[in-house]
Amino acid sequence: MAAITMLEGIRQALFEEMDRDPAVVTLGEDIGVYGGAFKVSEGLLARFGPERVIDTPISETAIVGAACGMSYLGLRPVAEMQFIDFIACCFNQVTNFVAKSHYRWGAPVPMVLRGPSGGGVHGGPFHSANPEMYFVHTPGLKVIYPSTVYDAKGLLKSAIRDNNPVLFFEHKFLYRRVKEEIPAGDFTVPIGKAAVRREGRDMTILSYAAMAHTALEAAERLAKEGIDAEVIDLRTLLPLDRETILSSLKKTNKLLIVHEDTRTGGIAGEIAAIVCEGAFEDLDGPIMRVTAPDTPVPYSPPLEERFLPNAEKVVAAARELAKY
Amino acid sequence: MSRALSRQQHLDLYYYMQLNRQLEDRMVRLFRQNKIVGGLYSSLGQEAISVGTAYALEPRDWLAPMIRNIGALLVKGFKPRDIFTQHMAKYTSPTRGKDGTSHFGDLKVRHTVSPISMLGDLIPVMTGVAMAGRYLGQNIVTMTWIGDGGSSTGAFHEGLNFAATQRAALVLILENNQWAYSTPVTRQVPLKNLADRAAAYGIHSAIVDGNDVVAVYAAAKEAVDRCRAGNGPVLIEAKTMRMKGHAQHDPAEYVPKEMFDYWKARDPIPRYEKYLTENKIWDSAKKAEIDARIERELDADQKFAEESPLPPPELAEEGAYCEGCHKIEADWKRPKEEVMPPKSSIQPEWTVPKLGGLDADFIAKAEIPGAKEVAAGNDRASSAAPAAAAKGPAKPEGKSESVPKEDVASAPPLRVPFGRGPKDKAFERERKERTERGRGKRRKR
Repeated sequence: MAAITMLEGIRQALFEEMDRDPAVVTLGEDIGVYGGAFKVSEGLLARFGPERVIDTPISETAIVGAACGMSYLGLRPVAEMQFIDFIACCFNQVTNFVAKSHYRWGAPVPMVLRGPSGGGVHGGPFHSANPEMYFVHTPGLKVIYPSTVYDAKGLLKSAIRDNNPVLFFEHKFLYRRVKEEIPAGDFTVPIGKAAVRREGRDMTILSYAAMAHTALEAAERLAKEGIDAEVIDLRTLLPLDRETILSSLKKTNKLLIVHEDTRTGGIAGEIAAIVCEGAFEDLDGPIMRVTAPDTPVPYSPPLEERFLPNAEKVVAAARELAKY
Repeated sequence: MSRALSRQQHLDLYYYMQLNRQLEDRMVRLFRQNKIVGGLYSSLGQEAISVGTAYALEPRDWLAPMIRNIGALLVKGFKPRDIFTQHMAKYTSPTRGKDGTSHFGDLKVRHTVSPISMLGDLIPVMTGVAMAGRYLGQNIVTMTWIGDGGSSTGAFHEGLNFAATQRAALVLILENNQWAYSTPVTRQVPLKNLADRAAAYGIHSAIVDGNDVVAVYAAAKEAVDRCRAGNGPVLIEAKTMRMKGHAQHDPAEYVPKEMFDYWKARDPIPRYEKYLTENKIWDSAKKAEIDARIERELDADQKFAEESPLPPPELAEEGAYCEGCHKIEADWKRPKEEVMPPKSSIQPEWTVPKLGGLDADFIAKAEIPGAKEVAAGNDRASSAAPAAAAKGPAKPEGKSESVPKEDVASAPPLRVPFGRGPKDKAFERERKERTERGRGKRRKR
């Protein structure tokens, strides 16, 4: 079986779920005739028709609001943000209408809101963002950010079948850069479970999305220096897999967190608090983090390269941590 | 007497309006006794709108109230005890104390979506409900309300525009009660009639005296019928007056006294009572009977609410997620096969006129070479969009009044004085070297 890209994996998940369940519909800007800005939804309209693949006006609030309304009648809409940065336009619908619905009045909202996120493609301040933490801070939502083709497909299927609103971040740098052979047929990946990508003894490197690959690359280099790092891919940011984080830390006693999101209010801070609460006695060194600086994502390549964490920055931080 | 309504229906309208008013009147007293936990928003003088519009819906139809639409909730089948307990934050309330006021709903029986406090957001949501209803073959109509103030939100415009493009079965009642908190409508919207906004979305609209329940019902019924027939959304502006402040705490001293006097003389309930009497639809005995029934029901429900417990504190931490507590199932009223391949499959092309949305008048005046010839066949929709574009609208050539070609050609190429782009050869070379050294490379799997 030939290897496929992450983009193809996501597309397969959409096709298979729409084939499986007529309650699954999609809506978004340019997703139909054009096939989506990144061609994720290419072919969907031809197969499922305009009732299930809905091209919308440029109205993020209308897209999310309508998806929410559809879900009240038992549909399972998958709404696309053309770029996840645009989710800021419908922040109120997502955080106040959708997220609070089940808690306030017992109305589940089984919808998925997905879109391309992240930097590394010179998209500039409005096409490169990682806004996941606004939503990790919003009870009622689930937040998924996969790094592999298998996970992207399996987690999107789980998200569509979930009874809660799920935000599904697709790192656009990975869309066509990661390839993987995945099993034929239906499979899902559970929401809320992290994956140990590399076992190690000396320290735990926690990451997700594109930075999971960076962390692995750094770990291979560290291995040559005699530092045996365990690499964990969070995969789901909300709910966080505390157990996997804490059990790894109990083994390695040191923690380095890597994320492409900016530093202040990034998930590293939350994980540090979880570790301090749950495994303080096990820590042999400070919890360290490698993140983007507290700035917007810059446009020009040298600026963006400076902005983004990379393997070298991770290796440097790991060396410091290894000294403890 | 309206021929559209039976005697019983006429009496129903009175019952719901009076129930609405007496219920709120009791809540004002409860508020003064500190038994209402949060704010209390009055719909005094606006009862005819809530009741008259919601009464035009059928049980299968969906609605989503705003803060001053308690009457609509009563018509849809909620009981006074739901309203009392919501306001008193009781465990027996529809939200078990998690939210207050009219912020509750019912997906299964009463088909009611709970509002949120941010205005306008219900419009796209109810558009989605209407779209899903159509998709499932349920032939439903959705209804929601907005105020003069809320009609300035982005969600109002995004929602109404989307509803219009989708021809969604959405009836939007714009209650123009003259005031958005303390700001008069004349300072919010530069229009005499807010219904004029419908023109911007190409949808049907109507203006109605919001203090005449029979007129309101007639307008709503027509709108609901239009929607159900598939003619797209309708905007109804109901002109009325908010007779109290924004909420209980607000004495509304900013409202001219004349304005209150004018509208008090047009109070919808005495006005309707007079109508019922003049048209011999009821007599004083019937009125007394209905009023007594209302008192009885309110007595019982108020007692129930006052005696209900507050929620247990630990409830605060429950229910942010559905963890299997709901079974989600769509109610299909059409064969599922219709939306599954092969029946759902199509040729994915736009069907657009050759010159898109340009109208004939514009083309006639624009004097674009070749355009008129194409326009002659413009109403013939072209389904093969790309091909039509190639041979279709002739590109404007020559005769341009803008920058002559030579100027563009002879201008020096734009060059950003600092930084380097991906097409910069030096930059590419350097990056390649760095990649070979193993820096800044992402792992590929």
